[in-house]
Amino acid sequence: MMQRIKRIFRKHFLTALLFVLALIAAVLFILPTVLTITNSFMTEKEITANYGAMIDNAAADKKAYISEDLNLKFIPDKVSLQQYASVLFKSPDYLLKFWNSVILVVPITVFQVLLAAVTAYGFSRYRGRIREIIFFSYIILMLMPYQVTLVPNYLVSDWIGILGTRWAIILPGIFSPFSVYLLTKVMRRIPKAYFEAARLDGASEIQVFFQICLPLCRSAMLSVGLLVFIDYWNMVEQPLILLKDEAQYPLSVFLSQINTGDVGLAFAVAVVYMIPALLLFLYGEEYLVEGITYSGGVKG
Amino acid sequence: MPVNKNKLRKRLREGALSWSWLLPSLIGVLIFFIVPFCVVIYYSVLDNPIFANFVGIDNFIKLFQNAAFLRATRNTLIFSVIAVPLSVVLSLWMAFALNSKIPGKSWLRSCFLCPLMVPIASVVLVWQVIFHNHGTLNQITELFGMEPVDWLKTNWSYGVLTVMFLWKTLGYNMILFMSAIAGIPQDIIEVAQLEGASSFYTFLHIKLRYLSPTILFVTILSIISSFKMFREVYLLTGDYPFESMYLLQHFMNNTFNSLDYQKLSSAAVLLAIVMIIIIGILFLVERKFGEDVEE
Repeated sequence: MMQRIKRIFRKHFLTALLFVLALIAAVLFILPTVLTITNSFMTEKEITANYGAMIDNAAADKKAYISEDLNLKFIPDKVSLQQYASVLFKSPDYLLKFWNSVILVVPITVFQVLLAAVTAYGFSRYRGRIREIIFFSYIILMLMPYQVTLVPNYLVSDWIGILGTRWAIILPGIFSPFSVYLLTKVMRRIPKAYFEAARLDGASEIQVFFQICLPLCRSAMLSVGLLVFIDYWNMVEQPLILLKDEAQYPLSVFLSQINTGDVGLAFAVAVVYMIPALLLFLYGEEYLVEGITYSGGVKG
Repeated sequence: MPVNKNKLRKRLREGALSWSWLLPSLIGVLIFFIVPFCVVIYYSVLDNPIFANFVGIDNFIKLFQNAAFLRATRNTLIFSVIAVPLSVVLSLWMAFALNSKIPGKSWLRSCFLCPLMVPIASVVLVWQVIFHNHGTLNQITELFGMEPVDWLKTNWSYGVLTVMFLWKTLGYNMILFMSAIAGIPQDIIEVAQLEGASSFYTFLHIKLRYLSPTILFVTILSIISSFKMFREVYLLTGDYPFESMYLLQHFMNNTFNSLDYQKLSSAAVLLAIVMIIIIGILFLVERKFGEDVEE
């Protein structure tokens, strides 16, 4: 009896310990995000008072109010929407940068996934030695870091005269092989019989693609789309190299410059930038997990 | 033989049709990646694009004499060698830990995935406040009587980079491992336990072997994300970080600014070769280790 109680106790104790550890880890993981959000509701004055020391060139007359230490605060003294109001009405610059991000990322995501669906169909429906070699080179290409792929991208953009325009980022983005790889893996798992049966019933290959393959891959395409969106919403390397005009920079790059200037607004801008990603996360967490899971194994 | 001719034509047509699915993507990949990369290789063995004299590996030798390149490579390497294994091992451990029955698993999972979704640019402010010279971390360490450290401007910046990297990648890797763990056939483990295998033995010889494709993939993904840490550094410190945070991408950016095609292309070619070697080695190790469990 004692033995059993001991065992149960030990088991539950371990579970509890694990739970507490996991909870601490979870809090650490969301803390930066939560802090950004709570700080965005402070008044600009409070922000400057707390974090003003980060600005090197704060005006001398203001410096008296700024404490030398940075005070990371969780809860604002007074909840206010002042930062948001300034972002929305006084500094249209940020909204413009936000729009820059949107018109770069949305076309890349949509067209990369659509093109990938067609290509993946080609890779999964027809097999063969040459196709396998091509598919393998897609994997290698997918695994190359930006430090390698940006040099060729730069050269081509220069040749065809799109360097410095948004097309220099969008076009290579659309042809990036990442979603081809994931969707091919998903489509290869669909039983061949589905396609064959439809063909026997007289459907053309295009009909099979649209009416059988795409509906079966709907959630896979959504999940791949989410992953692509996040990746490009974060982009920093491409605009720095491929865009010349800072007016075209997406917000992700521009936010680094806010920190030195408008600290008072920075948190609200950061939250505004976070919103699309967070909404997609809330809407599509299941898809996201699915998408991550598909990618689990280079072979398969 | 009209019948045969028809058949042949039909087969040819089907062959062409089957390739037409791949065509748009192939053309794009060729135009934007493959063809220009061949030109990059070509540039890397020339002295300059105008006179185009063949100089062999001179550009590569020059690259190895370039102090900035050496520093960038060293920093990137040191960071990757520390951070990538750490991330893989930690996330594997967390995946096993969370796999047991604990309450609120889906909530925990959401929290772990949060860093993946939140743009780096958004949270970088908080990192700045934490790691600033007068920032939160120094205030905490001061409570314990430690000297303040300028985290971003000393060699500690490796630590800062590693923390941000782990924060970013752990959740994602963990999800990958958890789904792979769920796929390990239970009956084999039961048999092993009946035969008296220790839990360490089952872990090493059964679980790890079934996980080896996923471990390979997570490692490769983490290597790629370690090359993307430039984003964090750039957003934290701008164009000119402290020298121990000067990464390969900084070097590339500066070389782009001066448009030194020889330096750029030889660096890109070199890096591509190194990446292919690393990936090749990882594939070989995985094949050796997981050979008995091919599905």
